[in-house]
Amino acid sequence: MSNGDSGVLHRVTDALGGLRDWVDARFPLLKTWKEHASEYYSPKNFNFWYYFGALSLVVLVIQILSGIFLTMNYKPAAADAFASVEYIMRDVDWGWLIRYMHSTGASAFFIVVYLHMFRGLMYGSYRQPRELLWLIGMLIYLALMAEAFMGYLLPWGQMSYWGAQVIVSLFGAIPFIGDALAEWIRGDYYISDITLNRFFALHVIAIPLLLVLLVFLHIVALHKVGSNNPDGIEIKARKGADGKPLDGIPFHPYYTVKDLVGVVVFAAAFAAVLFFEPTVNGLFLEHANFEPADPLKTPEHIAPVWYFTPFYAVLRAVPSKTGGVTLMGLAILALFVLPWLDRSPVRSIRYKGWISRVALALFAVSFVALGYLGLKPPSTTYVWLARMFTMIYFAFFALMPFYTRWDRPRPVPERVRFHD
Amino acid sequence: MSDEAVNLGRRHLLTLLTTVAGGIGVVAVAVPFLSSLKPSARAQALGAPIEVDVSKIEPGQRITVEWRGKPIYIVRRTPEALAALPGLATRLRDPESQASEQPQYAHNVHRSLVPEIFVVVGVCTHLGCAPLFRPEVGAADLGADWPGGFFCPCHGSRFDMAGRVFAGVPAPLNLAVPPYRFVGDSTLVIGDDTGVGA
Repeated sequence: MSNGDSGVLHRVTDALGGLRDWVDARFPLLKTWKEHASEYYSPKNFNFWYYFGALSLVVLVIQILSGIFLTMNYKPAAADAFASVEYIMRDVDWGWLIRYMHSTGASAFFIVVYLHMFRGLMYGSYRQPRELLWLIGMLIYLALMAEAFMGYLLPWGQMSYWGAQVIVSLFGAIPFIGDALAEWIRGDYYISDITLNRFFALHVIAIPLLLVLLVFLHIVALHKVGSNNPDGIEIKARKGADGKPLDGIPFHPYYTVKDLVGVVVFAAAFAAVLFFEPTVNGLFLEHANFEPADPLKTPEHIAPVWYFTPFYAVLRAVPSKTGGVTLMGLAILALFVLPWLDRSPVRSIRYKGWISRVALALFAVSFVALGYLGLKPPSTTYVWLARMFTMIYFAFFALMPFYTRWDRPRPVPERVRFHD
Repeated sequence: MSDEAVNLGRRHLLTLLTTVAGGIGVVAVAVPFLSSLKPSARAQALGAPIEVDVSKIEPGQRITVEWRGKPIYIVRRTPEALAALPGLATRLRDPESQASEQPQYAHNVHRSLVPEIFVVVGVCTHLGCAPLFRPEVGAADLGADWPGGFFCPCHGSRFDMAGRVFAGVPAPLNLAVPPYRFVGDSTLVIGDDTGVGA
């Protein structure tokens, strides 16, 4: 009897093996699997911070999936948009879940991406030879900001409307072509039905396609140079007799399984927000956005969603339109040139000297502080605080070529810590 | 064919010409797509003038009407507010409205056709929010020297009762004055100023 069972099993596995060979003769299936998973070597000393790359990918999938289902009931027209979102929330079976999943996913995306970027800052993951990997990552961040901004207009609430009004007006600060450019982006003389319709098209087709392409390129670039690690040393420099990095382990099964644990923990936290506090008291979904857009009345207090507020605080800190917009743009662009500002002989913060450590800590504090100040009304005290933190933010980049050279790094080990 | 020496110069020229021709094609194809994003004929046509009855506005009161999707504020200014305007010049960024946008007939100290009726586009010249109407002189939250005017809640820009911007705030220019004219004493036409002398 057990013989008969294993006979069936054999035939099934044989058939599957045959199918695999048939595909493999026509498509580089096993080769790709080996190169990018089972024989792709990652440093064995990845820590907690290395979850956030995989988690970003998970959130991208959540957003695409929930987004597809939202488009089935959403209407991208000024007259219908607000009501169609309310319809999804109240009348569509499980519509509230799908909508809150998408809105929570937007904030979750920025949380994991900011932590992912901070990981790169700490361990010097942007350093040679990973500059292009960092640049592609920064492009993903830009695309993500555009995606989030356009998506926020779609519910056509008060904050959607006035947020879009302010951000599109930023382009008006560009000399000579500014006003014409802002008009071209809106497709009208004000934020209108036309603007909503095109933001919908960009939000559901153009930018998601771009994001998926950039994420693919990010991974291709990563697998070309290999992952950095908390010690910031090249594992490829020390290989065993078999030609495999001594401090490397195959991505699959070791990190696929590790990441799965991270995904479970993340999913629990995500579900907690989704079910118990999806607006996070106005932080993930602002209160004013539960009122339909009114082009004649700006809400008393207007602030973007939390993930844009650090840059918004920089904008407000400057008492000049062109100056504010320029500085805000520079705050983002500064991150692009990071690989060429860091002159330290070591990559990781573990072996950098105290000046670099203090600089990174101050930078992290000022980013969070700016984010907090951007949520608050522009009172005199807050504006002066924002000016101070803006100075620290820029000093981190502007002085980096100097302090990273003067700093006294500590000796870097030959092998990753805690190996074997 | 393989016997002949390769003419590299000709090959490069042909490559260059092909690239240029292809590039022109790409640009030509991009034009209709990019142009389709400009305001459409319908969006342009929707800017028709509107008529507003201003006889019911009390002194010191403001009404808001919509024209071309923008809020238009109409204020009947009190004699005190008008009298205060010239004295503010030193605190303003563009007191003479040299750089700002207004029709010729509103390019004067009160920035209007008739002194007491003030018509202005309620769109902050900084980033497009709708400024709040704050006529209370010396309002607690705006400081004892607040002369009454418009305050933008978004980024704190301040304007006086003629929509002129104060120095030291983010907004670069005075609030814009739209074209308008009166029909009789009490009806205002916004968006049309035919027949109004400069």
